Amino acid sequence: MSLLEINNLSVNFGGIKPVKNFDLTVNDNELVGLIGPNGAGKTTVFNLLTGVYIPTEGSIEIDGENIVGKKPYKIVEHGITRTFQNIRLFKSMTVIDNVKTACHHHMKYSAMDGILRSKKYKDIEIAVEKEAYRLLEIFDMEDLANETSNNLPYGMQRKLEIARALAGKPKLLLLDEPAAGMNPNETLELMETIKMINEKLNVAILLIEHDMSLVMGICQRIVVIDYGKVIARGTPKEIQSNKKVIGAYLGAGA
Amino acid sequence: MDGILNFLQQLINGLHIGSIYALIALGYTMVYGIVKLINFAHGDIMMMGAYFAFIGLTMIGMPLWLAIIFSMILCAIAGVIIEKIAYKPLRSAPRIWALISAIGVSFFLENLFLLIFKPDPKPFPPMNIKPIRIAGLQISGITIITLLLSFAIMIGLDIFIKSTRTGKAMRAASEDQGAASLMGISVNKTISITFAIGSALGALGGILFAVAYPQIDPYMGVMPGLKAFVAAVLGGIGIIPGAMLGGFLLGIAESLTKGYLSTRWADAVVFGILIVVLLVKPSGILGKNTSEKV
Amino acid sequence: MIKKFKKSSEATQAAIVFVATFIILFAGIQLGLISSYQTGIIISVLINISLAVSLSLVTGYLGELALGHAGFMAIGAYTAGLITLNINLSPMIAFPFALLIGGLITGLMGIIIGIPALRLRGDYLGIITLGFGEIIRIILNNLTITGGPKGLSGIPKYTNFIWAYWVTTIIVIVIFLLMNSRHGRAINAIRENEIAAESVGIPVAYYKTFAFAVSAFFAGISGGLYAHYLTQLYPKKFDFLYSIEILVIVVLGGMKSLKGTIIAAIILGFASEYLRRYAEYRMIIYSMLLIAIILLKTKGITLKSIKEMILKTLKKNKETSTIEGSE
Repeated sequence: MSLLEINNLSVNFGGIKPVKNFDLTVNDNELVGLIGPNGAGKTTVFNLLTGVYIPTEGSIEIDGENIVGKKPYKIVEHGITRTFQNIRLFKSMTVIDNVKTACHHHMKYSAMDGILRSKKYKDIEIAVEKEAYRLLEIFDMEDLANETSNNLPYGMQRKLEIARALAGKPKLLLLDEPAAGMNPNETLELMETIKMINEKLNVAILLIEHDMSLVMGICQRIVVIDYGKVIARGTPKEIQSNKKVIGAYLGAGA
Repeated sequence: MDGILNFLQQLINGLHIGSIYALIALGYTMVYGIVKLINFAHGDIMMMGAYFAFIGLTMIGMPLWLAIIFSMILCAIAGVIIEKIAYKPLRSAPRIWALISAIGVSFFLENLFLLIFKPDPKPFPPMNIKPIRIAGLQISGITIITLLLSFAIMIGLDIFIKSTRTGKAMRAASEDQGAASLMGISVNKTISITFAIGSALGALGGILFAVAYPQIDPYMGVMPGLKAFVAAVLGGIGIIPGAMLGGFLLGIAESLTKGYLSTRWADAVVFGILIVVLLVKPSGILGKNTSEKV
Repeated sequence: MIKKFKKSSEATQAAIVFVATFIILFAGIQLGLISSYQTGIIISVLINISLAVSLSLVTGYLGELALGHAGFMAIGAYTAGLITLNINLSPMIAFPFALLIGGLITGLMGIIIGIPALRLRGDYLGIITLGFGEIIRIILNNLTITGGPKGLSGIPKYTNFIWAYWVTTIIVIVIFLLMNSRHGRAINAIRENEIAAESVGIPVAYYKTFAFAVSAFFAGISGGLYAHYLTQLYPKKFDFLYSIEILVIVVLGGMKSLKGTIIAAIILGFASEYLRRYAEYRMIIYSMLLIAIILLKTKGITLKSIKEMILKTLKKNKETSTIEGSE
């Protein structure tokens, strides 16, 4: 049984179908890339996966369980977290609070526990603080823990968003253009980080990217989408020489 | 026969008050369309319109038509000034700040006029126009003038929006401010013009309201303003034909409630309509559902 | 001793401030240094603090405009008043019981109104909460059990300085503790970015209703305090105007700062009392304040930033005078 299995996924927005008969599988600990020209429907797939949109057709299964129709916060409990194309940090909260907030769903103490400062509260908060610092250390950001997240430079904000997504203890991490706006050095660093997350933290990753050096450099498998449909699948080598893919990016007749 | 006549009479009353609501609702909807803000103070602009006309009529001795123009111009200017001071600086701030500012403006206007004119209601000079009798129905001259004036203005506005450059600029800025400014449209100017027109329409609504119910006080804009807002939401906020449709529908609903139930229930019905619309279809009768890009 | 104070934990600092303030004020009252008239003002300010602090949960921390707070206060006030008027127990039992039930019923109304209303966005939520506030007032005005427009009178005057002070202090502390837990982080996250909050596993609809209900609960308790202080309740008092007055306190206090809200309530409370002869201008000044504060916020000028600037200048002066002194 695969970790993620998408079958025949379609969504209809008043006549427009940004995603049509889309299939995709991701297995445990895989690193898969989702690429395609602008407007191909990649982020829409992410939005469907995370419950932001409800598909009109098809199924999405996590470890065999169909999550179609579930609310986004519930889907987190099934093990999927994500980052966004346009960074969505909790801007006026500190770096560490951004991460701690994402631990919410596995911190199981009640409001009463919080108000009475019960032992349960204290134990869980201490544990989460440690966890959050550990995550920040992975991204070399532990010194910035108490910085207001809005004050961070762009590259760090992107890293923070990834750290935050990891705090939710996902089995599958969705990264939406994580390298957008980064210079070549930052991109190399990011590639190392993503590989490390995948290998050391045992998190499967599905990533959307336009930066081909990143995609070809770290993805084990690639799925290519255009006009909402899958047009090619394969290893980076296979995709690089696929005529359909080249045509989609450069336009017909290239 | 009597029953039908009564019903028609209520309908006409409904159209009368409905056209006033429509005029005020147009102001709400035009402003919302372009800056996505409910101008809480709009009902108070309607109040100002009535007071300015009152000043023109009683203190300066203007004839009604001149008082109307005088008041509409003053309110248009007031609307532009309010926008520049209290709303423009908040265009990129969190929504809630702009809403609080609008509440502040509304309170400010009410209390300003309270201070100047004192809370006791002032009598609006009566208009002596003979009623018309058609087939057993009595239609007051005021009703006829209100309906004619409102329709004329709405048709005029429609033509303005569809055919003039400024009108097109307003539509463009409502859709996408960024794109509009890239096309060479001065968004600031367009917003100011929108506020000016909206406020002028609100003023006219206030004057027609004062003609129909000839007592003005600083809080007179609160209920009609709220009702006109409900009308705008009912028809589809941000959509100009929606404001007109909503205004008439609401006016008729209110009038029928007053006629067949009781006056006390009329306000509750209006508010009930708001709750139902917001919970069932917040985009209104003519509205489309738009969602945020994720 | 001040150094020791600064070193101790925030909780100890707060405890010291709360207890010390109480002792000072209580002594002042007992010794007659604070007149009963002034005590009345202090009690009003305390009630306003708990009203404002409870509103700040929704309007400040959650970031949603709620304009019907006076309505919630009214529910708590009338419920508590009706309870003490109709049961025959000693005040030590009856009063807290009435306050608690008043709060719970109001909290329940908060859930009932909140669940549908909080599905709406900003502008609409404001209007709907305004409407519900008005509906509550109209209902209270028309029910016989609440005395209609004549209202409820003869409520025993149980609210004295001690009750007002400690109930308010408890409310402030509870809200503080709540906001510094995962529940508070969830509420803040929703304000910051609702979509991101949902994407990290926060049930947004639940927490919006939660904040609304807790806010209503505390508003209800404040209403109970109010009822047993004024001993008379008129529906007219719990109108939109009152909701706005509380909103002004929250906005002046910086929206999401307990300290700021408390200070704002104190300033405005004493200002409106001692500037009574300018009462005519009060609402105009409030409305201008509202607009001015919001406009200053866009320029980054808040009470907090002014405080920081003052502290910075004081620090600089201290350094220069030390240098000069040592020459």
